[in-house]
Amino acid sequence: MSFSTGKAMITYFHTKIIMEIYSTKAFRRKQKILVESSYSSSLQFYSEPPTGNITLKEFDELSFLRAIERINLSGHAKNSEEWMQKIFEDFQKNKFFIISADKIGGTKNEDVINARRKDHLSHFILRLAYCRSEELRRWFVAQETDLFRARFVRVAKMGADFSSFLKENNLHFSQISEEELKQESVNLMMATYNINSVDQLEDKTFFKVPFVEALELVRNRKVFLKKGFAYVPSSDLVTLVSTVFRSKLSQALTATYKALPQIEDDERLYSLKDFDKRHTGSDYSQKKSASGQQITPEMLNHLSTTSFPLCMRHMHEYLNTQHHLKHGGRMQYGLFLKAAGLKLEDALKFWRSHFTKNMDVDKFEKQYAYNIRHNYGKEGKRTDYTPYSCMKIITTNVGAGDCHGCPFKHNDSNILKQKLINYQVSSDIVNEILDLTNKHHYQIACQRYFEAKHHSTIESGVNHPNQYFEESVAILHGTKTPNKAASTPNIKYQHSVLTSQSQASPSTQSQNAADISGVESMLFDDDDDMDDALFEVAMQTDVNS
Amino acid sequence: MANEKKFEVHLLPDLLPVYYGRLFPYEQYYKWLSYGNVPKTYFPHREFSFTLADDIYLRPKDHRTVTAFVPLEKELVFDIDMTDYDEVRYCCSGADICLLCWKYMAVAVEILDIGLREDFGFNHILWVFSGRRGVHGWVCDARARSLSQLARSAVAEYLQVVRGGENQTKKVIFNSSDLHPFINLIPDPELRENLSKVMPKCCNSLQRWETIKNEIEGMKNKKKSFTHLTTEIMFQLIYPRLDINVSKGINHLLKSPFSIHPKTGRVCVPFNASDAYAFNPLRVPTISDLIEEVGEFDKTRTGEAVKITDYKKTSMKSSIFVFEKFLSGLSKENAARRLEENGWCMI
Repeated sequence: MSFSTGKAMITYFHTKIIMEIYSTKAFRRKQKILVESSYSSSLQFYSEPPTGNITLKEFDELSFLRAIERINLSGHAKNSEEWMQKIFEDFQKNKFFIISADKIGGTKNEDVINARRKDHLSHFILRLAYCRSEELRRWFVAQETDLFRARFVRVAKMGADFSSFLKENNLHFSQISEEELKQESVNLMMATYNINSVDQLEDKTFFKVPFVEALELVRNRKVFLKKGFAYVPSSDLVTLVSTVFRSKLSQALTATYKALPQIEDDERLYSLKDFDKRHTGSDYSQKKSASGQQITPEMLNHLSTTSFPLCMRHMHEYLNTQHHLKHGGRMQYGLFLKAAGLKLEDALKFWRSHFTKNMDVDKFEKQYAYNIRHNYGKEGKRTDYTPYSCMKIITTNVGAGDCHGCPFKHNDSNILKQKLINYQVSSDIVNEILDLTNKHHYQIACQRYFEAKHHSTIESGVNHPNQYFEESVAILHGTKTPNKAASTPNIKYQHSVLTSQSQASPSTQSQNAADISGVESMLFDDDDDMDDALFEVAMQTDVNS
Repeated sequence: MANEKKFEVHLLPDLLPVYYGRLFPYEQYYKWLSYGNVPKTYFPHREFSFTLADDIYLRPKDHRTVTAFVPLEKELVFDIDMTDYDEVRYCCSGADICLLCWKYMAVAVEILDIGLREDFGFNHILWVFSGRRGVHGWVCDARARSLSQLARSAVAEYLQVVRGGENQTKKVIFNSSDLHPFINLIPDPELRENLSKVMPKCCNSLQRWETIKNEIEGMKNKKKSFTHLTTEIMFQLIYPRLDINVSKGINHLLKSPFSIHPKTGRVCVPFNASDAYAFNPLRVPTISDLIEEVGEFDKTRTGEAVKITDYKKTSMKSSIFVFEKFLSGLSKENAARRLEENGWCMI
């Protein structure tokens, strides 16, 4: 991938700038100038910024991140064998330098060193571009962590010795003794993911770490816990290391973000300013209303049948019968309505009219009205909250009594089936949708539902309930000519959850994205939540330091 | 029951000043929340919120004038609310509670207490009856108070087994899956049919459960999804149902121990996890009970020279003992932390 097409792009600039930036007060970090040839390991924690001259070509790392995002969205379970294979096939095909960087023991080989240096440089340039908003930071951290993880596993398979890498980065995980292993063998066998018999423990070593260092495994109950310590099998070393990687990176991004005002004016970095926008979707938090229109509570019953995605329609109907929604539902539906153009006064009126069927007005005003105003940024910390994206909705936690979430994921298939039939979706389509949901292609299933309702398709795929709504309104109001749904099942999908076509600039590297014919599906890990929490924590600790 | 007389809400404004003036255990309460005052500002930096009549919340922060107020630490808290059990209980629903449904709470407390101690290594856990229909758990170890939000949510999700919303009937699936509403939990049509034939013959719940177990056992080899079916049904029915959003954050308000529930008038009393099954929420004293008890006591003991602390004259006494025992455990940890702060090492 090169930038030769971009007319106005600067083709050359000095890393000295970056050096200056990374040594501003905000960093308060002692600079250690790296000797150029000191890349002793394939992987890096990117603790120190690079030095020397670089060209803009070295943005290349972005193409790996986009490749990973694409593969994540194409239905391969994250961290699976297949997923790894796809990623590196893609890298190989595109001759990405990562492949050479990951050669083991290549400290004397010039190509390898150059590749590692490239890795280093482009990572730091991307940090500058991707620290600018929470959405961007989250995206960047998620993809970088996946990349790190995939590379770690691959290099481990090639037989790399991580001891020097761990030492350089001050990572120390203590192993349990033979004795302890024997003593706990039954527990380890029962509680460790992927170990099903005591025999499998034979050649295993375990690290004993405070449970907070292995949260991903704890969250999914994949690890044995005792008295606050997690017993992590050495095969999961990657989880421990990438957890540290993730948290360091998100802290570093937050720090970079804080230093931005001092950097922003440097004209050499001017080209970075809009760089980020090409890779995020349209920003629904800023949207005033769908196609500039306003909606009122009276319109909702009708709109919910014509233009709401299934998740919202379902909550609307639940509200009509039960006159109550639990917190998660109020957030998901309430924020959707806000972005769809329901004004605060109307929102209060709407929720009041339902809730007061079960409670007196007084209780509503005291317990619920606050939250509604809060969502509109009128209370508390006064943030104007962003409506939930499909990614967030799909990965959300749905508990007893909740009816939010994504119906394609969170409904039993017979209930979903019944519902679709009631909505007069033809049985062929219903079966297709059920089939898609079984394969975890929730967003495609939603797209099929859209097509069934509108006899038209959403070219870019469904990735936000408000996008669904706006597309629907546009078609129904005739402001947009319907695209005939492709008759073949292999529709081309434009790309992913995080891209918008409208803002693509001529020099973006999105040509790859346009020809993915793969199918998208969400992976249901908790990246989203985790990053949220991480950033919050990073921001908080900063405020107080 | 004798003390189930209706609590009169309109008396609260008269009773509360008496309660907070004479009975509330300030000394112990301060001892708890100051955590040995390591660091020294621990108690002065604590956030308290007060609720006025008609549910008006007073929080000491005003976001319009102060922007840099950020919560740093908090106990790791758990909230178990009886309403989350509505789909599996048949005695009451909503805010109501009886001795039958309290068993759910007792099971929940027992399981969480063991999980938090054995798996996560926490030692200082205070279980508090919330005054009406739920239980709060406060994990007060220094290690728990400083957990990040990310860690809190991982702990909460580790402990949360029952998930899935209104449209998923089977909410517990073990790795390898609604009827009498029971029967709907059984995913296999054949087994379901067998059961609906034999179930009506049973006359109590023990028999019914035995029947189900036997039927499943008989079919275990036929299908993989049956391997854990009995356990899964057990989990769905009685495993603790957590409101995990309460545990995840550090800015969530939770009703304080020893406060008075505004609807029932009952005191939010702590209890030992080991006594959870014997605990009777309907016997927890109300604010008016307490004040009566003090009056009764004083009537019989006029003219005595030794002054007795007021709460000791009431049935709240035993709850305060539970609290004090919890505090004495905590004070050891506080002492160790103080030494450490001063540069000493505990051997």
